[in-house]
Amino acid sequence: MNLSLETLLQLSIALPFFAVIAIVATGRKPNLREGVSIGTGLLLFYCVVMLYNGLKQGADIQVQWLEIIPGLGINFRIEPLGMLFALIASFLWIITTVYAIGYMRKHNEVKQTRFYSFFAIAISAVMGVAFAADLFTLFIFYEVLTLSTYPLVTHAGTDKAKAGGRVYLGILLSTSILFFLMAIISTWMVAGSLAFTAGGVFAGDVNLVLAGAILMLFVFGIGKAAIMPFHRWLPAAMVAPTPVSALLHAVAVVKAGVFSIMKVCVFIFGIDLLAILPSTQFLLYLAGITVLLSSLIAMRQDNLKARLAYSTISQLGYITIGALLATSAGVIGGSMHIAMHAFGKITLFFCAGAILVTAGKSKISEMQGLGWQMPVTMIAFFIASLSIIGVPPGGGTWSKWFLLMGTMETQQWALMVILMISSLLNIAYLLPIPLRGFFPKDSIDRSAITVNEAPLPSLMALSLTTVACVVLFVYPQPLYELVQAILNTPGVANGQ
Amino acid sequence: MAHLPILQVILPLLAAPLCLFLKRPKLVWLFACVVTALTFTISVLLVQQVTSTGVISYELGGWAPPWGIEYRIDALNAFVIMVVSGLSAVVLLAARTSLENELSSNRQTYFYALYLLSLTGMLGILATGDAFNVFVFLEISSLSAYALIAMGKDRRALWASYQYLIMGTIGATFILIGIGLMYQMTGTLNMQDLAERLPEVAQTRTVFVSFAFVVVGVCLKLALFPLHLWLPNAYAYAPSIVTAMLAATSTKVAIYLLIRFTFTVFGLSFSFTTLPLNILFLVLGLLGVFVASTSAIYQQNVKHIFAYSSIAQVGYMIVGISVGTAAGLSASLMHIFNHALMKGALFLALAGVMYRLGNVQLKSFQGLGRQMPLTMAAIVVGGLSLIGVPLTVGFISKWYLVVAMIENGWWPVAILILFGSLLAIIYLWRVVEVAYFRAPNKDNESVKEAPLGILIPTWILVLANVYFGVDTRINVQIAQMAAENLFGVAP
Amino acid sequence: MLIGHYNYWVVVALMMLGFYIIIAHGNLIKKLVGLTIFQTSVFIFYISVAKVDGGSAPILADGITQYSNPLPHVLILTAIVVGIATTALGLAIIVRINEAYDSIEEEFIQQQDNLS
Repeated sequence: MNLSLETLLQLSIALPFFAVIAIVATGRKPNLREGVSIGTGLLLFYCVVMLYNGLKQGADIQVQWLEIIPGLGINFRIEPLGMLFALIASFLWIITTVYAIGYMRKHNEVKQTRFYSFFAIAISAVMGVAFAADLFTLFIFYEVLTLSTYPLVTHAGTDKAKAGGRVYLGILLSTSILFFLMAIISTWMVAGSLAFTAGGVFAGDVNLVLAGAILMLFVFGIGKAAIMPFHRWLPAAMVAPTPVSALLHAVAVVKAGVFSIMKVCVFIFGIDLLAILPSTQFLLYLAGITVLLSSLIAMRQDNLKARLAYSTISQLGYITIGALLATSAGVIGGSMHIAMHAFGKITLFFCAGAILVTAGKSKISEMQGLGWQMPVTMIAFFIASLSIIGVPPGGGTWSKWFLLMGTMETQQWALMVILMISSLLNIAYLLPIPLRGFFPKDSIDRSAITVNEAPLPSLMALSLTTVACVVLFVYPQPLYELVQAILNTPGVANGQ
Repeated sequence: MAHLPILQVILPLLAAPLCLFLKRPKLVWLFACVVTALTFTISVLLVQQVTSTGVISYELGGWAPPWGIEYRIDALNAFVIMVVSGLSAVVLLAARTSLENELSSNRQTYFYALYLLSLTGMLGILATGDAFNVFVFLEISSLSAYALIAMGKDRRALWASYQYLIMGTIGATFILIGIGLMYQMTGTLNMQDLAERLPEVAQTRTVFVSFAFVVVGVCLKLALFPLHLWLPNAYAYAPSIVTAMLAATSTKVAIYLLIRFTFTVFGLSFSFTTLPLNILFLVLGLLGVFVASTSAIYQQNVKHIFAYSSIAQVGYMIVGISVGTAAGLSASLMHIFNHALMKGALFLALAGVMYRLGNVQLKSFQGLGRQMPLTMAAIVVGGLSLIGVPLTVGFISKWYLVVAMIENGWWPVAILILFGSLLAIIYLWRVVEVAYFRAPNKDNESVKEAPLGILIPTWILVLANVYFGVDTRINVQIAQMAAENLFGVAP
Repeated sequence: MLIGHYNYWVVVALMMLGFYIIIAHGNLIKKLVGLTIFQTSVFIFYISVAKVDGGSAPILADGITQYSNPLPHVLILTAIVVGIATTALGLAIIVRINEAYDSIEEEFIQQQDNLS
């Protein structure tokens, strides 16, 4: 095949969307339906990799779909940060689909066709977010993502699921319309452009207070980044089936949030302007508080998924801090953490799901000694935890390193302390789970336990992501180069 | 070609009595469809003429104004005429099927006659340049509307129609008083003439009183909060087609009248500088948005939900007018067009539900997402448009409205407008949740998709919602042109 | 001042009278009567405004130089016709309401609506 890069870009957004038709058509034959899902995933990943090669060779890939009002339309353009996000999301989509096959069948979930369909729409929206060339396009796909994940969150159909879904939709929609849209319109009024531009769109003599207010609107409006006090949706959404939580709430949805914040900081404000805005300090500390508080809350959760959810909120705070630090190290650390956290957290969720379907346990207190029953799962959990905490041999080491560097460069000592305390808290709430899994408080009779692991597809998936965590530690070079390329875009890091 | 301005009024007027001769409902329907289609064609021609050659002035019976009656078509009314005649034509397409279950066949002939009369009245209001003529046409359209509403299957339709009759007549009489006072002060009824002569006497109490009467009368007609009480029941119990027609057209005509009187006849400086109309409109408009949207959240009848939503949308238009800038006015004008499209689509979709279920109570919607997928999808798209989601027409007008507010420095209002959208999400979400996330009721398990006769017109409007949300040239250009004209004319 | 404008006082009195009846009475027919009085007051207003002191009917005749303004009178003919149509329609609706509800009292009708 010899497709132009522009075609590939459009394909990567349209492909999963149109796969829905095939998924629905093959709905009665589960094997075929899941084959379609995986096939689409592979094709999509192929497209994204081709685009990555194109980008590395320096191609400027952009496409315009529509123009609604002059200057306002649906436009796509690929730059390294979006590429990073697209690569992660499309790769993990394949793995999650493999995992979901095992999970959904074992769990005898109903309405699986609907599940796979909305899953595909969601990934299509993620591609749109990743490749958006302006705020307006980003906003549209951001909202599509919210809406298409609602049926996934409420998949169980119980009253509890619906209540969770309402919180999910309520917070995400209201923040996005009240603040995000307002911020977009304000940007349009003040700067006259919504296009992501290296170095920002605001003129040099912009009113700082006004721009600061707009930044606040952005940070609060992008509710998917789960900055307190708009974080409640994330724990609420944990009523979803585990594969959904894994992909959407460790990768797609939350990362779409922090990715948007990163984009806004780097390409709408520009790090030079960001550094002198009056509200940046406030937001940095707010993110710091989010990091600390949610770590503390995570410690008190006995439900494994809830603990992971709060842990996610905390890690998202790291990325937001990275974006707001307005230094190269911050941007690098934050962007790398998008990737590192994605692989780590998805592994943890996979493990949580595996434990749920195999052993039927969702409470941490019940997981004592589980390691002997599910050794692979628990070891994976252990390694992924290390990555989240940020110690070798987990990839998270690198990203947290750069984030700490960023805080030092800008002499945000308080933030540095917060980040370090939070890492300690990470240890406290993540590591006991695998450790108690192998070395329970009360000694148990090991001979009575037979090894009973999760379904093979699920096991494969979680092993793969665990390996990825380690690989990212040993060989972070390509990732680092991609992230470095963000800063190499002319105009981005002028003041450095 | 020169007679187009009068032709589009005369055509439905003459056709209305002819309906009674045709007797057979199907034949009458075909005839009425042809007539409305012709009217729509004429309106499109008028828009073309106006955009290319400017204002058209037509002297009725060859009497020169201000002695004779003048029909005056500028960008503003050409635009609204196109909206009204277009929507009436599309809605009428669904009438044949929808009425099967809602009106006995011997009364259907009258229905079409009244429908055309009502259309005549509205087009007359829009086309005329004579203040008294406005009153006459207003009564033609209102009287036929009362009768149409009274045709509803539910006996509450009668009561709603009666209430509307009382309120509507009071409103029309207020307008009549206002016009009388204007005539007393200036000795003319021609709007252009009035606009020239009123400033000379602008500081007299009589003109103030006349202004007050006209504004209150028109606001009664357009159901501006707190004068909206007649509307919800009238919409809810009228035959579905009538609801769709009224929602899509009649309040739009009233908004037009308001704009015409405040901007052209009394003039901008009088309405907005001498009198604090902007503050009044702003407050009432916003109150309307919030009170009506909140009421919509608590309704059990889906027609009531959308009826309250109409009141809220009128609130947005009024807010747009209240800014007193060309940007705000053009946002309101766009919303006239956009709101007509979305409410037309929504109420036609409800006509489909009504056809299959016989009622539109929220609880009967359980599981309809599966049983009537196309109808429900229409409601979802229409609803998205109502909320103002990008890629639908609703977004365009909200965007321009918010931009107009910010340009004028009214930041809090801009936030409140967005907040209003959130309320819209809530009331629409109730419908969506019941339709898609609940198992069907036992008694409507056998419900099928709405018949094509209703589905096709519904989807024409739904697609129009999307099309004009993407290709905004026509809508935005004409609206802006009309708004700029009004500000150019204003002294 | 007060006496000179007595026609306005009549108009205002009638108008308020009509308005009051519409609001205060529960009987649908009486409401309609009120509405008619309300409209009539406006007709009187138009007619009285057009009358010129000492003016005659606008027919050309020798020796008459002052005429009343005929235009409002013509206008109000139209308005009267409209008024009749409104009244007729209102009455027709009341007949149907009476058939449907067995009552023409607002209170009873609303009671029945609330029950159903």
